[in-house]
Amino acid sequence: MSTQATGRKIRLHDMCLRDGMHPKRHQITLEQMTSIARGLDEAGVPLIEVTHGDGLGGASVNYGFPLHSDEEYLSAVIGTVKRAKVSALLLPGIGTVEHLRMAKDLGVATLRVATHCTEADVSEQHIALSRKLGLDTVGFLMMAHMLEPAKLVEQALLMESYGANCIYCTDSAGYMLPADVTARIALLRERLKPGTEIGFHGHHNLAMGIANSIAAVEAGAVRIDGSAAGLGAGAGNTPLEVFNAVCHRMGIETGVDVMRLADVAEDLVTPIMDMPIRIDRDSLVLGYAGVYSSFLLFAKRAAAKYGVSSAQILIEMGRMKTVGGQEDMIEDVAINMARAKAAKG
Amino acid sequence: MGNRINAALIGSGNIGTDLMMKALRSADINPVWMVGIDPASEGLERARAHGLKTTTEGVDGLLPHLAADDIRIAFDATSAYVHHENARKLREAGVVTIDLTPAAIGPFCVPPVNLAAHAGRREMNVNMVTCGGQATIPMVAAVSRVQPVAYAEIVATVSSRSAGPGTRKNIDEFTRTTAQGIEQVGGARKGKAIIILNPAEPPLIMRDTVHCLTETEPDQAAITDSVHKMIAEVQRYVPGYTLKNGPVLDGKRVSIYLEVEGLGDYLPKYAGNLDIMTAAALRTAEMLAPEIAAGGYREAR
Repeated sequence: MSTQATGRKIRLHDMCLRDGMHPKRHQITLEQMTSIARGLDEAGVPLIEVTHGDGLGGASVNYGFPLHSDEEYLSAVIGTVKRAKVSALLLPGIGTVEHLRMAKDLGVATLRVATHCTEADVSEQHIALSRKLGLDTVGFLMMAHMLEPAKLVEQALLMESYGANCIYCTDSAGYMLPADVTARIALLRERLKPGTEIGFHGHHNLAMGIANSIAAVEAGAVRIDGSAAGLGAGAGNTPLEVFNAVCHRMGIETGVDVMRLADVAEDLVTPIMDMPIRIDRDSLVLGYAGVYSSFLLFAKRAAAKYGVSSAQILIEMGRMKTVGGQEDMIEDVAINMARAKAAKG
Repeated sequence: MGNRINAALIGSGNIGTDLMMKALRSADINPVWMVGIDPASEGLERARAHGLKTTTEGVDGLLPHLAADDIRIAFDATSAYVHHENARKLREAGVVTIDLTPAAIGPFCVPPVNLAAHAGRREMNVNMVTCGGQATIPMVAAVSRVQPVAYAEIVATVSSRSAGPGTRKNIDEFTRTTAQGIEQVGGARKGKAIIILNPAEPPLIMRDTVHCLTETEPDQAAITDSVHKMIAEVQRYVPGYTLKNGPVLDGKRVSIYLEVEGLGDYLPKYAGNLDIMTAAALRTAEMLAPEIAAGGYREAR
């Protein structure tokens, strides 16, 4: 099979040790981390993200306290991998430049600075410092479905001006359809400097992870995020082993071994799942209503505690136009729903 | 109104203008000067329309007039960077300064928690922490005055429109300064602050969530009572400060869900984050005014 993507060289970026922290409630053990990282490394995955699910400094009541600190996880994985580089995520407003310096000192090669898609200007101090420290510096525009392509480009240009050498269009809600991805990636490719790489990060809430990632590659993206066995928030990330196989069929060069990556997904990642990562009703709502994928487990827990519907909580979170990080509103919404239900009798 | 203390407002942006509107109503504070740097500033024009004197030469344009206009107190709503210089000059001139920037040169002041303690100390410079700090530290203190708080964490969500360029350029300053305030004024052993900007239209009213982890099992009745009393204290200067839900108790976690609607003096009502800063700053000045009028600070110099 041959398309305009045939012959393209792309870089796969695995998320199961960062985005995968969400469905694991940030409780992945160091042993699980290092064994998965070793498997990914041996399969040829060039870049592996390791952080609390909500990025450096994410350890909190609001997002969950992890089993180990960012320092412990990063040190363990960086000491394990031979070829792969390790990346860390940082959300300004949660993580700070102190976290950034810590990550750099531990040997992190890539720093990804994530903001809501309209708020790129809060990333200036972190992107500038990351670049100054010589890190591969990525601007990560989340919930990108909420912004039309031309406006998204304006935000991307800000991040590029601060020093980002790669810009991501991030489908945090798993809401986008391939045409949405094509429109955004194509315009980013057209307007950013030729030397600035473009990336795409998908969620599989509408089962579009692979199709969207292929659309991204065809439109000019050269970095694609995914997660072995899909371990990630919501219905998971783009399942990386499946995407890799599709790339091989299409002649897109990833440099990653199809069966070895499938082995990592099957033998190392799937066994650590607390629940199947699949499109259940709540994940479908995330994708359908355009809601931040990490809200999923918080909504399920609040629904169980207050006797209300998790799907309705998520719909309300969408109606309120909440953005990534507003996990605190989930209990607030659930209490309001329980109160309204009690008032009705 | 004969006993009002003459004041200067430094910074002619949104905060300075909102503060002026509030100060014009004050029985204790008389705004006389507004200091800017931009001749085209709308804030300076508005100040002149309200009868204030203005300068476009920064604090240096104000200094020669301090004595003649008997300026005893200044509010600095510029930036942390500029405030360092302003603070020194104002201190030398004997002007008590209320710092609304994150410079945090002077001690933190959160009116319902520690303003009374400041009143007797005659500090020449007090700092208003951050908007998120003003909104949440009273709640941390409401819990910590009942029983020890091992850890307190706040999540402040503000509308994108209400977050100015200063905040955006140095968002770490917000998280750092607020966390310090949670510990030093709120009384938590360890503090953490998170800020979220939300671009929804129409803009959302500021929301704040306060999570405390108490050292021992939380005393529900005492904490609930303390929280309600503290809410009433804050409402004395920010009427739109509302407990939406909680305190929710879950093991040792105590969670408090707040909304902060502003008065809408100059800044829109949704910008409760900015309103609570200007209201708290004015309340601080009003509390210090009697002692300043009595000359207490001059003796201290």
